[in-house]
Amino acid sequence: MSSEKKSEHHRIRKGPFILLSLFLLLWIAGVATGEPARVLEQAVQVCLSCIGIG
Amino acid sequence: MELVRKWVQVIFGLLTNANWAFPFTRSIYQGPLKVLCAPGLNCYSCPAATTYCPIGSLQNILGGIRISLANSQYFFGLSVIGGMGVLGAMFGRMICGWACPFGFIQELLHKIPSRKFFIPRPLNYGKYVMLLGVVILMPLVLVDEFGGSSPWFCKLICPAGTLEAGLPMLLLQPNLVNTIGLLFYNKLTILILIIVWSVIASRPFCRTICPLGGFYALLNRFRLVKLTLDSTRCTNCKACHHVCPMEVKFNENPDDPECISCMACMHRACKFEAISIEIGGIPLKSSSRAKGRAPREDAAAIH
Repeated sequence: MSSEKKSEHHRIRKGPFILLSLFLLLWIAGVATGEPARVLEQAVQVCLSCIGIG
Repeated sequence: MELVRKWVQVIFGLLTNANWAFPFTRSIYQGPLKVLCAPGLNCYSCPAATTYCPIGSLQNILGGIRISLANSQYFFGLSVIGGMGVLGAMFGRMICGWACPFGFIQELLHKIPSRKFFIPRPLNYGKYVMLLGVVILMPLVLVDEFGGSSPWFCKLICPAGTLEAGLPMLLLQPNLVNTIGLLFYNKLTILILIIVWSVIASRPFCRTICPLGGFYALLNRFRLVKLTLDSTRCTNCKACHHVCPMEVKFNENPDDPECISCMACMHRACKFEAISIEIGGIPLKSSSRAKGRAPREDAAAIH
């Protein structure tokens, strides 16, 4: 019984949550500087050099 | 499960390329959805694209970093890296297997009957060279007289851009034909080589060149959702080796950076329920697995 309980107990990995928090902070910092507007400005234009033309 | 994965790939392909009005507008989508990060490699100059390509955006921001700073704009690509990182920390290379349109195209090409070849493992490091050298360093270092740079990976290499954007844009705007030159023919040659390579080898671009795959590969070990191995159930029969499209030896290295969590090993190979999916350390199939005994215990009981 005790060994069954032991096998059912799983250790939660902290790594993914630390990484998620870190990248979320980076994303928030980028958004705070107004970067999405810059990304959008690029993304709505045909980037000729991106596609190998021009 | 393979059928489910195919449908998910189709749905993600359609969602990231949902501008089906492009044959009439003859241009790319310019709406607000383009502020969203595409999970896979999907060129934002594709006429149907509704999201931005993280690799293209990152290069453009890094290439313009001097000009931005001169204008007191602190654009370092943090929102792009953050967006990619959040996706990578959650799913890692599972995105390659389930949500990348170019990965899906390579899988379809590999179904064409032909003699199949392995890819030498050292070539897998190529994608890290692309990420660090071509995507990050080249836009920072190779600048013109105005302090700006180019998205070098897109410009010189990316076959996804040629297939999804270059060729369709040439069809939609025939006047662009006058502007094509050596760069275009170089990229067209790379595309043709990748297509041929995809027929004879499994996902060659993902494994050897894709910088986005390289980024996700760095996070693969630490991702939230991943496949896990129960070593008490594994018999080392190596059945998982033979079904893996990425040539991962799952029983030897369950945290392999190449694992795209396609689940072929779990559903098509392993007969001992040694492979399961877990979220943050919690196996999803723990209750059903607890019912049976581990194969090693069975073997011990027989002897």
